[in-house]
Amino acid sequence: MEITINGKAHTIEQPLSLLELIDYLDIAEQRFAIEINRELIPRSTFEHYTLKPGDQIEIVGAIGGG
Amino acid sequence: MNNTDPLIIAGQVYNSRLLTGTGKFKDMDETRLATEASGAEIVTVAIRRSNIGQHPDEPNLLDVLPPEHYTLLPNTAGCYTVDDAVRTCRLARELLDGHNLVKLEVLGDEKTLFPNVIETLKAAEILVNDDFNVMVYTNDDPIIARELEAIGCVAVMPLAAPIGSGLGIRNPYNILEIIENATVPILVDAGVGTASDAAVAMELGCDGILMNTAIAEAQQPVLMATAMKNAVKAGRQAFLAGRMPRKRYASASSPIDGQFL
Repeated sequence: MEITINGKAHTIEQPLSLLELIDYLDIAEQRFAIEINRELIPRSTFEHYTLKPGDQIEIVGAIGGG
Repeated sequence: MNNTDPLIIAGQVYNSRLLTGTGKFKDMDETRLATEASGAEIVTVAIRRSNIGQHPDEPNLLDVLPPEHYTLLPNTAGCYTVDDAVRTCRLARELLDGHNLVKLEVLGDEKTLFPNVIETLKAAEILVNDDFNVMVYTNDDPIIARELEAIGCVAVMPLAAPIGSGLGIRNPYNILEIIENATVPILVDAGVGTASDAAVAMELGCDGILMNTAIAEAQQPVLMATAMKNAVKAGRQAFLAGRMPRKRYASASSPIDGQFL
């Protein structure tokens, strides 16, 4: 199924939880926050969120800004 | 630290009245050195898409400015709607483990980056009701500043001039009016170009100044950060000291008595 991560299309094969996606992307060590389809997904619920076709995922962090 | 004149925002005590942005610096080293030189304790950050996998060795801003050492102030820069600003703040709070101090800015126009005050008022209300401590960027309009305070914003931050313009305090009497009406801290946010601008804002009675471009785009950002630190401090001291009245004509400093000529 197709999902979108930070504006780019990705194809994933099997049902995946958000926690598994984070492992797959190898970003577990980074500081980030996630929203899916414009809704904030709290970190504590990552393992219970199963990705659905068409999910629009935004993974964000802090950068320099004024 | 022995400071008898602290800046208090949302119950937190700060010794520095200069807040700095972290954008536009040459690299992370310069960001760190300029921030240290400024003495800022509160620093703004932007919320943007993470770099996923492309540049794994790229230094992270939060390694350079650790949240244990600085009060991070996530901004909503680039947001033009209530919804975008509120989403950004909620992501920031999650990112920073529940830290709820945010800088709200809802922009109205790309050319001037002036705030859309209608959207700003709506977003402020939603965020205050969602337990955020909102420091709000707004126009130098005393009535809007009063409304934002009434909504419950913890600090109101009128612009001195457009973001990144360096034009200085364009409307000092409006800033003065905002200060005199307020019971929350008033910080000039945006438009300061050099040290004298910062001093003027502080002499008017501003509680603090938030700036980025004036430091980052100076020829020597670290030196300018030091200059701004001193200007904010000098301006504050002059405000507290109370300046002499302006007079049209001269008034000799040496006594007339005892003159022997």
